[in-house]
Amino acid sequence: MDFILLIISAILVNNIVLAQFLGVCPFLGVSNKVSTAIGMSGAVTFVMVLATMVTYLIYTYILIPLGIGFMQTIAYILVIASLVQMVEIILKKISQPLYQALGIFLPLITTNCAVLGVAILVIKKDYNLVEGIVYGAATAIGFGLALVILAGIREQLELADVPSGMKGAPIALVTAGILALAFMGFAGLV
Amino acid sequence: MNQVQNFSKGFIKENPILVMVLGACPALATTSSMINGLGMGLATTFVLLGSNTVVSLMKNLIPDKVRIPAFIVVIATFVTIVDLVMNAYVPSLYESLGIFIPLIVVNCIVLGRAEAFASKNTVWSSVVDGAGMGLGFTAALGVLGAIREILGSGAIGGFKFISGDGILVFILAPGAFIALGYMIAIVKKINKA
Amino acid sequence: MAKIQSSLKNMVLSLTLISVGASAALGFVYEMTKGPIELTALNKKLDAIKQVVPEFTNNPNDDMFMLPTGEGDSLEVYPARSGEEVVGYAVRSYTNNGFSGYISFMVGFLPDGTIYNISVLEHKETPGLGTKMVPEGTPEKPEFKDQFKGKHPADFPLKVRKDGGPVDAITAATISSRAFCEGVQRAYNTFEKGGMK
Repeated sequence: MDFILLIISAILVNNIVLAQFLGVCPFLGVSNKVSTAIGMSGAVTFVMVLATMVTYLIYTYILIPLGIGFMQTIAYILVIASLVQMVEIILKKISQPLYQALGIFLPLITTNCAVLGVAILVIKKDYNLVEGIVYGAATAIGFGLALVILAGIREQLELADVPSGMKGAPIALVTAGILALAFMGFAGLV
Repeated sequence: MNQVQNFSKGFIKENPILVMVLGACPALATTSSMINGLGMGLATTFVLLGSNTVVSLMKNLIPDKVRIPAFIVVIATFVTIVDLVMNAYVPSLYESLGIFIPLIVVNCIVLGRAEAFASKNTVWSSVVDGAGMGLGFTAALGVLGAIREILGSGAIGGFKFISGDGILVFILAPGAFIALGYMIAIVKKINKA
Repeated sequence: MAKIQSSLKNMVLSLTLISVGASAALGFVYEMTKGPIELTALNKKLDAIKQVVPEFTNNPNDDMFMLPTGEGDSLEVYPARSGEEVVGYAVRSYTNNGFSGYISFMVGFLPDGTIYNISVLEHKETPGLGTKMVPEGTPEKPEFKDQFKGKHPADFPLKVRKDGGPVDAITAATISSRAFCEGVQRAYNTFEKGGMK
């Protein structure tokens, strides 16, 4: 597998939010300001890479040998929830500035379907551990890219005269749609 | 509480996707046709009914501090049941919904109802609440799927009524975002009136 | 009944109880659905094989064997027999060069190497464009893949017109069409090298 291809594909062509619809809730929820968007992207990148690694190991070395692959969903969600909790505690202990920057986003990540989605996709696509981690990192960067771009647009929209019914979620969704249309231009790159 | 109101609030007034904008991922990803949208909605409804029932039955047995992990285990169990049963008996629908079946587990609607409603109300109210919310979600997904299918492939429920292609973009990702955006705006208008 | 306290004992107890209940329920459902799930997967495969080779009487799945592609991996080959006589081979092939990456096919050959039919198993191509490789046409209104039927790859180069071959690409989906050709070619190469014809 060509890593550069894998990375470009995960960031631009098959963008996790704009092409695969994973992580739409935080995508709409924290895209009001560029600064929060950057914080959220950082936290997601961190957790996604860790979660992909841990769930991969658990799947290959515990679930499969025991023949209980069907427990995947239940095992993954518990692992991700405890992982998020652990990261929060460790960050608080070792790095106050980092905790202050990412801390408030961490609890939100448990219900971010992008994290669980990537963990499941890595197994579905038959990636090995290294490919899985690269894919996880690239996907997270793609998520961050989409999030920061949308936040930038929404900051400008604050100044625009949006019809009252379209304010909030509707205009964010329509903007995201146009953004997705732009990202479709990358299709065929890989 | 009036059970009729309790049931019907999920459709327009407190519709999980159209008013609260929860569960947007499956709503966007699985509505490329009406059938897929309805299938996803019903799968979510089943999980919601199951988890609401069990959570309200066990609400006194679960200590407060561990309620979230406990709820998650209950939800994940029902999700896996749906996953296995759909894989066995409706393989083509299972394939087109793909990864979004296991992802019901992180659908904020399900955990949200367990935490905000089922853990505080009687079993019967929780079942009604779950059914209303689930079917409201299903209805919204069905309508969104129908809109996208009509515009995008010139068909409804799989039956084509024009020859050739529709406005392809509605089947693809951008159309999903735009169609949902307008649906939310319309429901906002209805609720205000 | 009063709500129980959040003492350590109660927390551990209730979580353990829930986990045991959940595992028991899942184990039960898994056992129940295991048979039907395997059956559906098998039927899907057999349906694809049925579509791409002439009528057969054996169970191709039981006689499946692997053939190396020469590119470091192997393809599954399903021989179809009517009585004792081999009537065709279904080869499960793939390509990674579709517009959206991976596409897998079941390619059916007659024993002499002539393509009988092709079925697309999995793909993620653009709806309305690349997806036109999937449907089966009728004699009056042939579809893209119908042009391969009855052709022998030895005298019908699997290349689109843009690359100097005889294959009419799907309008606005040259990449998908090219990938389709590549997948079929891979099946044929493997089949030929395996000394099957």
